[in-house]
Amino acid sequence: MAEGRVVGIDLGTTNSLVAYMQGDAPVVIPGVDGLNLVPSVVALDPAPADGGRATVTVGNTARKALIETPERVIYSVKRLMGRSLAEIQDELKLFPFRLADDVEAGEVPRVQLGEMRFTPPEISAYILRQLKRNAERFFGAPVTQAVITVPAYFNDAQRQATKDAGRMAGLEVLRLVNEPTAAALAYGLDRANVGTIAVYDLGGGTFDISILKLRDGIFEVQSTNGDTHLGGDDIDNLLLAVALDEIFAEHGVDLRGHPSAVQGLRKAAIDAKIALSTESVARFDIELPNGDRYQREIPREVFELLIEPVLERTSGPCKQALADAGLTAEQIDEVVLVGGSTRIPAVRQLVDDLFHLAARGKKPRTELNPDEVVAQGAAVQADILAGASKTTEEMLLLDVTPLSLGIEALGGGVAKIIQRNSTIPASATEHFTTGVDGQTNVAIHVVQGERELAVDCRSLARFDLKGIPPMSAGLPRIEVRFLIDADGILQVTAREQRSGKAAEVEVKPTYGLTDEQVESMILDSFDNAEADFAARLLIEARNEADTILAAVERAPESPAWSQLSAEERASIAAARNRLSNVKQGEDLKAIREATLALDQATRRFAELMMDAAVTTAIRGKTMDEAGEEMGEAVTAPHAMAPAEFK
Amino acid sequence: MLKVLDSAVPVACWSCSIGHNDSTLFCPHCSKIQPPPGGDFFSVFSLKPRLELDLESLEQEFHRLSRKLHPDRFARARENEKEWSLADTALLNDAYRTLKDPIRRTGYLLKLTGAEIGEENAGRDRKSLNDPSRVPADLLEEVFELNMQLEEMRMSRKMGEQEDPDYKPNDEDVKSLVEAKKKFAGLLGDVDQDLQAQWKVWDAGDVAARENAQKKMVALLDRRRYLSNLVRDVTETLGEK
Repeated sequence: MAEGRVVGIDLGTTNSLVAYMQGDAPVVIPGVDGLNLVPSVVALDPAPADGGRATVTVGNTARKALIETPERVIYSVKRLMGRSLAEIQDELKLFPFRLADDVEAGEVPRVQLGEMRFTPPEISAYILRQLKRNAERFFGAPVTQAVITVPAYFNDAQRQATKDAGRMAGLEVLRLVNEPTAAALAYGLDRANVGTIAVYDLGGGTFDISILKLRDGIFEVQSTNGDTHLGGDDIDNLLLAVALDEIFAEHGVDLRGHPSAVQGLRKAAIDAKIALSTESVARFDIELPNGDRYQREIPREVFELLIEPVLERTSGPCKQALADAGLTAEQIDEVVLVGGSTRIPAVRQLVDDLFHLAARGKKPRTELNPDEVVAQGAAVQADILAGASKTTEEMLLLDVTPLSLGIEALGGGVAKIIQRNSTIPASATEHFTTGVDGQTNVAIHVVQGERELAVDCRSLARFDLKGIPPMSAGLPRIEVRFLIDADGILQVTAREQRSGKAAEVEVKPTYGLTDEQVESMILDSFDNAEADFAARLLIEARNEADTILAAVERAPESPAWSQLSAEERASIAAARNRLSNVKQGEDLKAIREATLALDQATRRFAELMMDAAVTTAIRGKTMDEAGEEMGEAVTAPHAMAPAEFK
Repeated sequence: MLKVLDSAVPVACWSCSIGHNDSTLFCPHCSKIQPPPGGDFFSVFSLKPRLELDLESLEQEFHRLSRKLHPDRFARARENEKEWSLADTALLNDAYRTLKDPIRRTGYLLKLTGAEIGEENAGRDRKSLNDPSRVPADLLEEVFELNMQLEEMRMSRKMGEQEDPDYKPNDEDVKSLVEAKKKFAGLLGDVDQDLQAQWKVWDAGDVAARENAQKKMVALLDRRRYLSNLVRDVTETLGEK
């Protein structure tokens, strides 16, 4: 099945999505719960009492565990991807990441999840595997190839970590695509393609700005800039810090040592932030462990004052991107907004000011859902890579490297060999020689970044050119070729020219997993429950059948049941019996068809129930179980819909 | 740094086995992608080395070749074709990046002719700005004074080890710096005009005229690099970005 579908994946800080090209439009694939967004949350279920293995859950189920068992849950792991222990110290102050305590400097940090430990790429692999399964369930066929998006400003190590995660999840990553560029692809699908656009992407944890020139289907990135450390999480943390301080000052309660209370408060802060995008005031009303209530009104003006320093940090990168592209704000034809944080009115105002939009009678483009547009763009790129599609055959993305590549020179300076914003793939060839007679090794230190001194840049790799034939100092001539590939990842090759001998190059990443480590972390290797694909599909189909059968079993308890005619009840009973019969068989197709038949037979009942639940919700009363499922799933086509089958 | 390879050796196409001159990205017979050809950046665009280029048609050719060579077009191809697509596209991008920029293009062509050209972005050692042997003779006095002033301002900004965030240069200093910047930026413009005049000479000239133009351009590029470093230094000291 090498030529199966290629899916597009947005592996986000807060939410992740998988999408594919359906005909000429990208479509996001929903999960079992009918929702498009899979929260990037991974939880380790409590180990079963019978001594079995704890299982890993992902998404909404994992998020529910966040309040009850926060020590077994991790979120925002993208912030840790490709980063060293030293680099993540700041994150640790703000996020309840629990690092395993036996990690040594230079090693990839591991996160403690209950009694187990995982590297950030492994955690991401669980999210990717969930998305892969959602897609396989949707297509009824294996999915083995994917395009995954990354922040444009991700460095080499962060990109490599993302690719490693894909491999661990059983996905061949055909391409890493930059998130803002992916968004541009989604926006560029249905429009006359000439002009210069800026994509302003403020997500949960990262900020990117990219400037692109569109011409006849070619999307040529002119410049990109950003901050991999800036996003909606920072806004949440500000609100959270204010609340924690006030609770301590006013009620004498220090919640900082109570992970589950902090999680509850964080959720309230996020709700307040979201409310303030449409309301002029939001409220905190939280019961404290000592029985007091923390009540607080946050007017939008106060909120905007609070977050101004965070938003202002996006200005510098925007100006630098314009300067690097050699453009003025007036030369930008359109600005596309991406990422959930661009729903904040103050962000839109800032963008308007930066690009002089209102003054030119323009508005930022927001018509595509900012949470889904990146995944949709990834699906477009997946379609381009799969080839043979009329919609995308004229489209081509020419992206750039966000950071300059350099070599540490004598004295600790940096000699830049590939400038930032160079179109990738890009290459540079450098020559090295020896300083001592008979020397057979030359050490090279490759860095990424814009600073003048190597210590201020990100160290990418240190490697030795080995096996140089012994000669007088300065005589060997070693040609080293540095190539940044289409994923933005560095490859190095070397050869000694005088003797024609290929020097052995061992590129040791300064930080990151080795090939062998990645191999040993491939999820199937320790996930014993993973059977072969057909068996898994059968198990999932049976689970879906059980879910809908259980719902039908409870149906007569619902007031909506009495509204059904005798005929409708009879047809539900017939479909239920049929499903119960085929369920234990091995015929996957029969189970799915019977499930679908029962689903259709209960459609009107589900609608009646949904109406009742909405009414209940509006009255503000506690929703019953069915209603609660539905309340979260307003985008689901059918409250009990098991899945869409092809 | 860059080398010109002889490109007249016929090689056989890996796919159809028919021999072709190796300075080609695609087999002229079966159209399959080929390993990176020898030859210079100009030959990637089927151009003879020259200095005045039509940027519009260069871009069009860049886009046309990108559509055929880019790794996105070979995502599911055989391993060797994938590898060549990557190498060929890197070559195409390197060539386009070099040729579309007039200064890089000039430096590249001069290197092809064997000239030693300093690196545009090599290191930022401030000492070289004061090195008398590198200062253009006609500017010696002014540059010396300017560098004194820049150094003083840097010293007062850097109180001890720490940068003083509130440091503001006095108005008089700023005024003279702004004027100096204007003057040197003007000189930079003159250099660019002189360079363009030499392009015409080189493109149209015979061997002797070309050699003469090359010498002049090497000197002009040196002067230009010196001036642009100076302007950048002044801009940074003024606290502009």
